[in-house]
Amino acid sequence: MKTVYTRRNFIKASGLSGAALLLGIRAQAQDSAIFTAAEAETLGIELNNWISIDTTGLVTLINHRSEMGQGSFQSVPQIIAEELEVDITQVKVVFAQGSQTKYGSQITGGSSTIRGSYKQLLRLSATARELLVQAAANQWQVEKETCYAEKGIVIHRPSGKKLGYGALVSDASKLTPPTSVRLKDPSTYKILRQPLPRIDTPLKTNGQAVFGLDKKLPGMLYAMVERNPRFSGKVKSFNEAEVKALPGVRHVLKVEMAVFATMRHGVAVVADSVWAAMQARKALKVEWDDTGFPHHSTEQLYTRLREDLKAKPLWFKAKGEVDKAWAKSKKTLEAVYETPYEAHACMEPLNCIADFKNGKLEIWGPIQGPDWVQKDVADLMGIKPEDVTVNMTFLGGGFGRKAFLDYPHEAAVISKAVNAPVQVVWSREDDMTQGPFRPGMVYQCKGGLTEGGTIAGFEAIMAGQNMGHQNPGADKIAYNDSVTEGFPETYFDSIPHYRFGDVPLESPVPVMWWRSVYSSTNAFAYESFMDELAIAAGKDPLEFRKQHFWNGRFHALANRLAEVSGWHTRKPNEGYGIAITECFSSIVGEVVKVSRKASGGIKIDKVWAVIDCGWYVNPDIIRAQVEGSIIMALGAAVKHATLFADGKAVQKNFDTYKMPRISETPDIEVHVMDNDEKAGGVGEPGLPPCTPALTNAIFDLTGKRIRVLPFSLDEIG
Amino acid sequence: MAAITLKINGKSVNVDADPKMPLLWAIRELAGLTGTKYGCGIAQCGACTVHLNGAPVRACSLPVAAAANKEITTIEGLSADNSHPVQQAWIQEQVPQCGYCQSGQIMAAAALLTRKPNPTDADIDSAMQGHICRCGTYPRIRKAIKKAATLATTNVTR
Repeated sequence: MKTVYTRRNFIKASGLSGAALLLGIRAQAQDSAIFTAAEAETLGIELNNWISIDTTGLVTLINHRSEMGQGSFQSVPQIIAEELEVDITQVKVVFAQGSQTKYGSQITGGSSTIRGSYKQLLRLSATARELLVQAAANQWQVEKETCYAEKGIVIHRPSGKKLGYGALVSDASKLTPPTSVRLKDPSTYKILRQPLPRIDTPLKTNGQAVFGLDKKLPGMLYAMVERNPRFSGKVKSFNEAEVKALPGVRHVLKVEMAVFATMRHGVAVVADSVWAAMQARKALKVEWDDTGFPHHSTEQLYTRLREDLKAKPLWFKAKGEVDKAWAKSKKTLEAVYETPYEAHACMEPLNCIADFKNGKLEIWGPIQGPDWVQKDVADLMGIKPEDVTVNMTFLGGGFGRKAFLDYPHEAAVISKAVNAPVQVVWSREDDMTQGPFRPGMVYQCKGGLTEGGTIAGFEAIMAGQNMGHQNPGADKIAYNDSVTEGFPETYFDSIPHYRFGDVPLESPVPVMWWRSVYSSTNAFAYESFMDELAIAAGKDPLEFRKQHFWNGRFHALANRLAEVSGWHTRKPNEGYGIAITECFSSIVGEVVKVSRKASGGIKIDKVWAVIDCGWYVNPDIIRAQVEGSIIMALGAAVKHATLFADGKAVQKNFDTYKMPRISETPDIEVHVMDNDEKAGGVGEPGLPPCTPALTNAIFDLTGKRIRVLPFSLDEIG
Repeated sequence: MAAITLKINGKSVNVDADPKMPLLWAIRELAGLTGTKYGCGIAQCGACTVHLNGAPVRACSLPVAAAANKEITTIEGLSADNSHPVQQAWIQEQVPQCGYCQSGQIMAAAALLTRKPNPTDADIDSAMQGHICRCGTYPRIRKAIKKAATLATTNVTR
């Protein structure tokens, strides 16, 4: 990536805000993109402001990504503070508004915040620091090389003279930035790589953090919406007059919100308070027209998926001649794996505030992709993106669900209709039954082994709903290139013959990203099957994987995992399972240890995890993310699933969608590999290996192979 | 509707409410304290936990009338400056991720420590079992409760 700075595009002096130095960088989505300032203007790319320093020296850092628990509120500023040479405890951090032209992509998904932005942010911050040092050197009339910056102050080394950034911003804003800056060697980092406490923690221990549901505007009304429970039905009639007469109710109206390429129909009750809207909604009776589309049950969906595996798949990725590999194999084996539909079940139910006034729209809410909301909701409302302002609050969980546009769109539609600021509040039941869900999947794996016990051929076919096929104008015969997600890239080098295929399913059930996306289900199939192949080859499962790792990073990780988990010194009658996956450019290996409970069933004693995410920011946030990913994986493995009956989601709340609890949480130990490889993701990659490591451990202990999720630990003898 | 006096965090708040309205909505919408969260509405997740006369209760399932004239403590009343040992321990152990469930978790932990200043793992399990954290902060919650027990020399019963 090359970034070209000029004074014009790097610095903006602002008299209005009192900020004397605003430092920006042009948005660059791709590493290969090179823009000159002139081109940037032609392209309509604005300059952004990630850093502002006022004349008092107050440093404000912008977090352009959403904070849903994964730590961007800490890690983005932690990157900036390192090269800018400011004390992170003395800076103010604020959320950016949605603007792709200012910040580049803001979609907080694919574990992309750090890996997508860190190089830009380092360079931007170092450039800013160099300007401030130069300004001080000029003022003192000394060589720049004799000065250095530390904690927001420039110091002249020989004399000990000091000037704060605040006193330098005005001069610095008149300088031309250097064309290149030297970035620090990671071994000299003072802020990066440190397990610094998160800036947002104190706000979350005294009730001060403002989540979407906590935001309030003057004159705001509250809406609850009864949406079609079968997703595709239309409103036939509803008892408008009766509901409108209830206390606190202002409006009762039909609404439609966009869910991918379809419209979800509903009836909104708009009232003076959440409580009034909730109460009135109980009295709402909607008659639906649910004709013209299938009302699937889970059983029907999975029968269909299993049938689909017999159809000719769309082959995605292939090498060699798989059909011939079987004949040459000493042994072949086949297995089918099934994973359920899942709700995201963020602790903060969906909600969003919209204020549509005079053709302009302002939105506040727990939003993972403010730039997407700005653009797409503008299109849906028939206004220009620049007339849409999107403000992020803290998110009470996201996991992929809050990256979608249905709920901000619905809020905008209602606000426009009732001509007032409106907060749409989803009940827990709405949140859990309306989707989009993690798609249910069925996988068929086939493998062949050579005489020497290595993989001769590998074939995997996935049947399930294709998330991409739901988008407007999607090519529905396009193959699903996500079928290999989670599968370590290195296997593509070491396995001589392979192919991956998919058979997409059409269903009215809306599906979407769920933490780690396809990897969350693919990895269960592929890493279980890898274990089955290892057993069939008569090899140790960890050593078998190492035989197929043609990349040193995988070997280093596997060795570390063996060492911390005591893999090679495990005793007979102890159940140990391993899985190693690659997801969003990070490699994670996990070992699960299980034992039999005296009362029957299985207990998970411990999980060891080793993550290699390359260049990293904060080891404590990484550990927290891996811990959380493991617990979320365990929930989907042994606790909960969303079932469908007559076209509707069955599990509506936590009484039936059972969540892992504190007493069921095993001891978890997380290790972070130290290297300077390209930064990988952190928020999601810890999830995929956990479930196969668990079921592989259960096989190790009991000889029982689990191929269908979820399952009950208590029912395994 | 009925005139009800609520004593929240030591202050009297007069509200005009349907007596059946859950205390959660009186706290959030009538008293304007938003630290107490709505998570499930059916006493399954614990996000709405407050203290009623010192004992943890699920505000989403308690009628406001039942809380009249009793001492209600919300997260804001535990301490605004994060000085309570449980809040201190939560910060030291870096418990919160998204943070949404943490008000309820902290209130439950504070009530546990009042009752059992040195809780065992089994005590922690039984006191915290009703609290869901989707981010999976449970290991840190356990550590933080143990840490709070060591920090709590004076004001845990506040």
